[in-house]
Amino acid sequence: MQLPEADQLIATLAESMRPRVTADTCLVGIHTGGVWLAERLHALLGLSQPLGSIDVSFYRDDYSAKGLHPQPQGSRIPFDVEGSHIVIVDDVLYTGRTTRAALNELFDYGRPSQVDLAVLVDRGGRELPIAASFCALTLPAPLPAGQNLQLERDDSGALTLRLIHA
Amino acid sequence: MRNPQLNKHGELQHLLTLDGLPRAIITQILDTAAPFTEVAEREVKKLPLLRGKSVFNLFFENSTRTRTTFEIAAKRLSADVINLNVATSSTKKGETLLDTVDNLCAMHADMFVVRHESSGAPYLIAQHLENTGRDHIHVVNAGDGRHAHPTQGLLDMYTIRHYKKEFHNLTVAIVGDVLHSRVARSQIAALTTLGVPEVRVIGPKTLLPTDVEKMGVRVFHSMEEGLKGVDVVMMLRLQNERMNGALLPSPQEFFKVWGLTAEKLALAKPDAIVMHPGPMNRGVEIDSAVADGGQAVILPQVTFGIAVRMAVMSMLGSH
Repeated sequence: MQLPEADQLIATLAESMRPRVTADTCLVGIHTGGVWLAERLHALLGLSQPLGSIDVSFYRDDYSAKGLHPQPQGSRIPFDVEGSHIVIVDDVLYTGRTTRAALNELFDYGRPSQVDLAVLVDRGGRELPIAASFCALTLPAPLPAGQNLQLERDDSGALTLRLIHA
Repeated sequence: MRNPQLNKHGELQHLLTLDGLPRAIITQILDTAAPFTEVAEREVKKLPLLRGKSVFNLFFENSTRTRTTFEIAAKRLSADVINLNVATSSTKKGETLLDTVDNLCAMHADMFVVRHESSGAPYLIAQHLENTGRDHIHVVNAGDGRHAHPTQGLLDMYTIRHYKKEFHNLTVAIVGDVLHSRVARSQIAALTTLGVPEVRVIGPKTLLPTDVEKMGVRVFHSMEEGLKGVDVVMMLRLQNERMNGALLPSPQEFFKVWGLTAEKLALAKPDAIVMHPGPMNRGVEIDSAVADGGQAVILPQVTFGIAVRMAVMSMLGSH
């Protein structure tokens, strides 16, 4: 499968978000790909609120089966969640479990007025009733479970989408 | 023989002692603790990691700080915490330790946090759980006799790493009543495992174990000599309650020779930090001016202790 350029998708995603964001909109990236993507969107949209990040390791529903991630990064929410418009940003939307965990974690900081979800790619395969508010690319057919689609960053900071066959 | 603290996958099964615990596991605990420090600043100071689990605080010996910080740590992980004041309960009526444990297992305990005046009591419980096939129940040693106090040792390592970043270039002095101190044993084990090149113990001959050099430390019988150029000063509490016989002339006399004063601390590096596991005896092992001074990190130790205990319990509870 030919994957489009990440930069092109990021530009598309930013344009689809532009009409709905205001100066007070806060972005929260999900570790790790979502944080890189959120940094780009933050710059493209010229947002003034500081960027947040979430590591959902402590909120995952498969914690007792898979155990703790050996090096959790922790979450950083440098703005007041109470009453804010927040956009959760992730590179790839798959089962929806990461989004659910991120929502749970976010609400432990306060009650946002509205939460949206922005993703670069929707790969299908949802296991929860979750949909993206903004999505640059929806794959025509769901990816098989064994395949892993993720955003990667090289030393120069360039982002690429990579499909890894298990 | 398999390390009794690790399961067959090499994961932490029980935390009994830092002696023999692999460096990778100690580092993993410290790394896991770091993001937990931030939870206290949230609106909801809770993570769901131990939701639905029951943690039993089994304290056969009095403790306020350790029991409280374990309780807070477990509650921040959403566990149900049951505090047993064993000193006033069934053991007084003659029930054995393992019978108490079996009864609590019948109440569906998931984790025991154990403090006991006898060295090895937590190990005995862990072994009993293993022999009876109850692998899903974990034991954390919260201090046993003179043997070990691993979470104190870990929170001390977290504190040192927080202020000094690295271990490989440090000189650390442990001062005072090493003989009666399980804290000192855990500190020495962790410091040497983490690669601290010079660990010193400073104290009177009567309060140092006879074979203390075998633990890989340099021994000093003078504060002036031992504190010279150190990066970290770890004070110990003078354990009057564990002493019998005339090991010391008097607390006042002890303070004159072994108490940490500003003058003695000036011999250490200018940016040296001062630690104490608490509870402090002001005017006995430490002068108030030092305890409340700019180099003391004694209260941050308490705060870090919660995050470190959260890390230990979440790692145990994950399998």
